[in-house]
Amino acid sequence: MDTKIPLLEVKDLRTYFYMEEGVSHAVDGVDFTINRGSTVGIVGESGCGKSVTAYSILQLVSKPGKIVSGSAILHRIPRRDGVKQVEMVDLLKLKSDGEELRRMRGGEISMIFQEPMVSLSPLHTIGDQISENILLHYKVSKKDAMDQSADMLTKVGIPKASERLAAYPFQLSGGMRQRAMIALALVCRPSLLIADEPTTALDVTTQAQILELIGSLQSELGMAVMMITHNLGVVAEMCEEVVVMYLGEVVEQAPVDALFHDALHPYTQALLRSIPRLGASKGTKLEPIEGTVPDPYNRPKGCPFHPRCAKKIAGRCDEIRPELVIMPDGRRVRCLLYQKEVQNA
Amino acid sequence: MPDQEPLLNVKNLKMHFPIVRGFLRKVIGNVRAVDDVNLVVYPGETLGLVGESGCGKTTVGRCIMRVYDPTGGEVMYKNRAGKVVNLAKIPSSELKPYRRELRMIFQDPYASLNPRMTVMDIVGEPLTVHGIARGKELEDRVADLLKCVGLRPEYMRRYPHAFSGGQRQRIGVARALALDPQLVICDEAVSALDVSVQAQVLNLLQTLQRDFNLTYIFISHDLSVVEYVADRVAVMYVGKLVEVTETRELFASPLHPYTEALLSAVPRPDPRRRSERVVLQGDVADPAHPPTGCYFHPRCRYAKDNCKVDAPALREITPGHYAACHYAEQLKLRGI
Repeated sequence: MDTKIPLLEVKDLRTYFYMEEGVSHAVDGVDFTINRGSTVGIVGESGCGKSVTAYSILQLVSKPGKIVSGSAILHRIPRRDGVKQVEMVDLLKLKSDGEELRRMRGGEISMIFQEPMVSLSPLHTIGDQISENILLHYKVSKKDAMDQSADMLTKVGIPKASERLAAYPFQLSGGMRQRAMIALALVCRPSLLIADEPTTALDVTTQAQILELIGSLQSELGMAVMMITHNLGVVAEMCEEVVVMYLGEVVEQAPVDALFHDALHPYTQALLRSIPRLGASKGTKLEPIEGTVPDPYNRPKGCPFHPRCAKKIAGRCDEIRPELVIMPDGRRVRCLLYQKEVQNA
Repeated sequence: MPDQEPLLNVKNLKMHFPIVRGFLRKVIGNVRAVDDVNLVVYPGETLGLVGESGCGKTTVGRCIMRVYDPTGGEVMYKNRAGKVVNLAKIPSSELKPYRRELRMIFQDPYASLNPRMTVMDIVGEPLTVHGIARGKELEDRVADLLKCVGLRPEYMRRYPHAFSGGQRQRIGVARALALDPQLVICDEAVSALDVSVQAQVLNLLQTLQRDFNLTYIFISHDLSVVEYVADRVAVMYVGKLVEVTETRELFASPLHPYTEALLSAVPRPDPRRRSERVVLQGDVADPAHPPTGCYFHPRCRYAKDNCKVDAPALREITPGHYAACHYAEQLKLRGI
């Protein structure tokens, strides 16, 4: 999408977990923007805060987690006839159990999760679960809601949809369950879909089906997708913009092509070198990133990546916490290597 | 490599699990998890075993280990002494020496280590069970093993919870190596790990293979990992082998439509090569009620009428390249 109209602006988001062992800075100053109709990938290893970021946007973080600061501005077009005025809502300022946020969840912003078996109710039929979402957001009769649910199930590629309405999640295969969850998420035509590792639990062939489905529904409904994943292949196939996270911080944000072919941050570079690629010859050794992701209770001083970084500057990277630098081409990177450049220029 | 005598020769392996119903537990059918699988593994090589979940790849591994008693077929294994034994048939009382030579590494490093045992106990247990080492000697052996897999021996009094996922998987590797095995079955050994750690463990497995002259059966659903580690690859679909050949050959010129679809489904980490995917429709067939003819025909875009009736056998199409498809010679399939 060329016209870059922002849909969601997340600024300085901080979500901390107050545990007995100490305070875990799960999300520590995250900024990014999602434009209307675009696909943004959030990548990082487990524990880097990508899921907590998503949960924070909808205020779904449960205790002992707490959103400490920040804002998430949604530029919404209210669904009243004739009104085309964009309304700005700070999602983090809404009451977490209030009516307004409840209308957002599942209506304006929807979410799909990694494990459909866990996130669908085992006690309700697929039809009940999908139509519940419609009934919550629109004033329609139960029968209409069921009809709309059947249409949506057909759209996500479930054969004999009207019969499947009466099925329970355990009666469906993994791929079908994930389709049902996508139907549930999209039935109210959200402007933003947050997909939290939507294909991680699936086989590659099913993954290809689901990614294809999300892509085609996205262009049909004109929604934006925030794709949270650790799979760089999925990011390369699906996204236009990529946000790389490490230990609760955004370390790099760039358009997908630039990120994969000219990554700036040493962490992104190392991550790309460490994955086995189809078509690369056997016998070449992978270059792993040494060490492991540090414990969130004792974050390293300075740049959180410096203990594992091949390009660290002794005496600087272990002291100074880098700022997010905006490069001339609009890419963002959090690394002293670039901060210095900017200072000299 | 095929000139060598095989280390393991699996012939017509079958593993059927009965489906029972009712109070009298009447058998009403069978899940044919593994159905007539033939595999050869040569010493020193890595054989990749790939397929979607439920295709029977793990069951093959477990039958070789005799975790399950196979319903039929032979698992001919050449032991250290050079004698060939049928692991599928020997009585379980005689299995113990083979438990030293065949070892397994599991997928989930959180579930496969006992949380109440220290690393010392976990890695040392096989040595004690087989009466190989005790006391100070045991401790030294464990320390050496930990060093081999890149862990600090000082950590041996700790419990698994003190380690990260990658470190735990290293503990699992050390345990597998403790008895100096010939054959190690890695069942999704790196699937649960983060990408950066996955590379560490893959490199470790390759180094150890060289140093200890190990043979691996590497079971995985991740084709890019398999391409990286395996010398030869066997592709399974609903309990049957559909294609076996050398890794490079398989990825460059697959001969079975299922392999083609599987390869094209892998997302590539390169936005300039967004692939034209062959998206398979439908789900994997149910091994309790497999389709007639070729099991893959309902999802195959090249299927013709006889595919619905005749089940294709695995045959050698070009030297060393086996595929189970009636049209393997005619089809022009796309590789990587």
